[in-house]
Amino acid sequence: MHLTEGEKRVALEQTGNILESYSRERGNLIPILQQVQEKLGYVPLVAMEEVARHLGIPPVDVYSVATFYNQFRLIPPGKHQIKVCMGTACHMKGGNIILDCWKRRLGIDVNEVTPDREFSLERVACVGCCTMAPVTVIDEEVHGKVTPTRVDGLLFSFGVKIPKGQQKEGEAVEQQ
Amino acid sequence: MNSSSIVAETFAKLQQKSRTAWQSLRDRPLILVGTATCGRAAGALEILKVIKEELEKHGIDAQVLEVGCMGHCYAEPLVTVYKPGFPPISYGYVTEGIAGRLVQDFLGGDDPCLEFALAALETNDMVPALTDFPRGMIEKPIILDKCGLIDPEQIEHYIALGGYAAQARALTREPEWVVEEIKASGLRGRGGAGFPTGRKWETCRLAPGEKKYVICNADEGDPGAFMDRAILESNPHEVLEGLAIAAYAVGARQGYFYIRAEYPLAVERVKKAIEQARQAGLLGTNILGSGFSFDVDVFQGSGAFVCGEETALIASMEGEPGLPRHRPPFPATAGLRGRPTVINNVKTLAYVPHIIERGAQWFRETGTAGSPGTAVFALAGKVINTGLAEVPMGTTLRQLVYDVGSGIPKGKSFKAVQIGGPSGGCLPEAALDMPIDFDSLSQAGAMMGSGGMVILDEDDCMVEIARFFLDFTQKESCGKCTMCRLGTRQMLDILEAITKGQGKPGDIELLLELAEDVKAGSLCGLGKTAPNPVLSTIRYFRDEYEAHIKERRCPALMCQELIAYYILPEKCERSCDACVGSCPVEAIYTNEDRVKVIDQQKCVKCASCLEACPPQYKAVVKLSPPELVAERGRKV
Repeated sequence: MHLTEGEKRVALEQTGNILESYSRERGNLIPILQQVQEKLGYVPLVAMEEVARHLGIPPVDVYSVATFYNQFRLIPPGKHQIKVCMGTACHMKGGNIILDCWKRRLGIDVNEVTPDREFSLERVACVGCCTMAPVTVIDEEVHGKVTPTRVDGLLFSFGVKIPKGQQKEGEAVEQQ
Repeated sequence: MNSSSIVAETFAKLQQKSRTAWQSLRDRPLILVGTATCGRAAGALEILKVIKEELEKHGIDAQVLEVGCMGHCYAEPLVTVYKPGFPPISYGYVTEGIAGRLVQDFLGGDDPCLEFALAALETNDMVPALTDFPRGMIEKPIILDKCGLIDPEQIEHYIALGGYAAQARALTREPEWVVEEIKASGLRGRGGAGFPTGRKWETCRLAPGEKKYVICNADEGDPGAFMDRAILESNPHEVLEGLAIAAYAVGARQGYFYIRAEYPLAVERVKKAIEQARQAGLLGTNILGSGFSFDVDVFQGSGAFVCGEETALIASMEGEPGLPRHRPPFPATAGLRGRPTVINNVKTLAYVPHIIERGAQWFRETGTAGSPGTAVFALAGKVINTGLAEVPMGTTLRQLVYDVGSGIPKGKSFKAVQIGGPSGGCLPEAALDMPIDFDSLSQAGAMMGSGGMVILDEDDCMVEIARFFLDFTQKESCGKCTMCRLGTRQMLDILEAITKGQGKPGDIELLLELAEDVKAGSLCGLGKTAPNPVLSTIRYFRDEYEAHIKERRCPALMCQELIAYYILPEKCERSCDACVGSCPVEAIYTNEDRVKVIDQQKCVKCASCLEACPPQYKAVVKLSPPELVAERGRKV
């Protein structure tokens, strides 16, 4: 994803602030990256280079850590982050069906962001709410027992209108 | 005055203060609202708000506390009311309306609203108590005993109910005594492998070196297990106390909580607990005047399942990708930053205060000879009472599923239980009467793992389950060992083909062969156990694999590519439109006979129509193989 100059500047500034409170030990790498992500919502390349300089390690080492762990996002997230739980219990209760619904409604795949940057879609391994399966987490709020209709309802609560054509009657006629 | 009596005296004062605070809670009505993650997901925070508003509106003087999870997750949101003159009563499935009535009718009036009551917490003449139900007779809470009854963010509650007494007691004894006591108790690591905790501690204690570390492993990554989260959210001090005792026993001055980033509430509550323990003088320099100093920090994991493995966990704390390394040397002799390090699971540490307090012999009275104590299981999947249960080791699966879990919902029949997550296996009905402990499970081809238990019914496809777990381990493989990285990929490709109806004769044999190779060729537990779900499903449910391969049919009607949704014309109530409205892709239309028909080309197999079809018609069915739809169509 292409970052604007403004975004890069903010990223550098915030990363600089965070680095001030950390010593130059390699053991701080993951906490630093977590802080960067908490502030910016993602870990951009420019921030990784800054962190590498601070810790005195090659940028590729920072990149390898950032890409090894699932938590780190390398592109800016949508305004609302949708995380669909794909743990065992959620899977058994149709988690993949729910994920399909989100994909279909948002028109994006997992780890993508809608073009207007309103929503991003991720899958998470398990949020530990197995008894409420299937679960979707939207902006840290856990929604349990999600159904395809509930997906539409949740989107509606964010002001998204689901395009429903006049197809029903029309189509029935066509079939006849 | 010697240091032991200083410790005893300082702690007695702390205990007195806490007890006074705890007693004062009982002077007026007290309402407990379970706000652990499971409660929140069910809307506990809204209930909390309503209760506070109602109390205010009616001018009722009562205290409201946020507590953790009692394990009855199926009935969330859960509210418990203590009112003088009544036994403490828990209410389940609380809605805003029920919450309002509890405040107005029970606290404002004298009607305990028993129609909403789940059970009382103590035996009494008015309401059946939890212990009166079969579940209550089987359960034996040791580490979950205070969960859901105390405010996890108030250290006084924990201390008033006996907390930190074990730490104070340990500090008056020699560290060797503590190690011996844990060894004598036979406590085995609850992280999954069941290694004797006392031996781990002894190795670390005897390892040369000034600096040592203790780490609480709360990187609970098993999908389907959530007890570590529940314990940390409901009673973090219990684990913290266990960690402090471990530190004293091995001679560590610094400890860490390694907690998954996906558990923000647990992180928050553990951080608060550490802060409070510091202020109470139970952490920091010269704890309770004993001369022993110890402090704790929180390290947040960043979403890698493999980091539950000790050496990978250490690598991630050192700022590296979480790749496991060869053992020996074991972390107990060369761990974090090369120093001797004890890494124990949340539950293991939670047992420690209880053992120190009540003695090794007491602990051995529960459970089996080889696996003393209790086991905490997370029941999920197709079971009525989902949630947490702590039962003695040696309890049978049948008791867990039918007595604790109340059986399978919707009158379906039990098929299997997947136990131990991606490292474990699926056990069939024949294993229901097996007493479960560490050893019996591994003999049966499963594993205790972290205690995650997913109950499967007739609608669950065993090939698909195996595929699901292998997909998980394949994605989480760190990539260091070739057999784990590529072997699991090959196995997954085969399983995917089978679930899509593209399986070939000989696939089962190939899977079995690959499974052995992956086990033999992997360094850490992830790879060594990754084939378990596949092996156990082939062992017990080979016929399902064969139906997929030979007949392109999914007997459980689960594999999406092998099924089709179909509306039975004879059952369709023609004037009803429920399915049409429910379909997200407008694949359902009305034909010339006013019967609803699914356009198979458009159908995304989301099951919405099946759910939407009113139960009195049950007109929507699944057919496998999908060609059956065309056949049926011709018949009509």
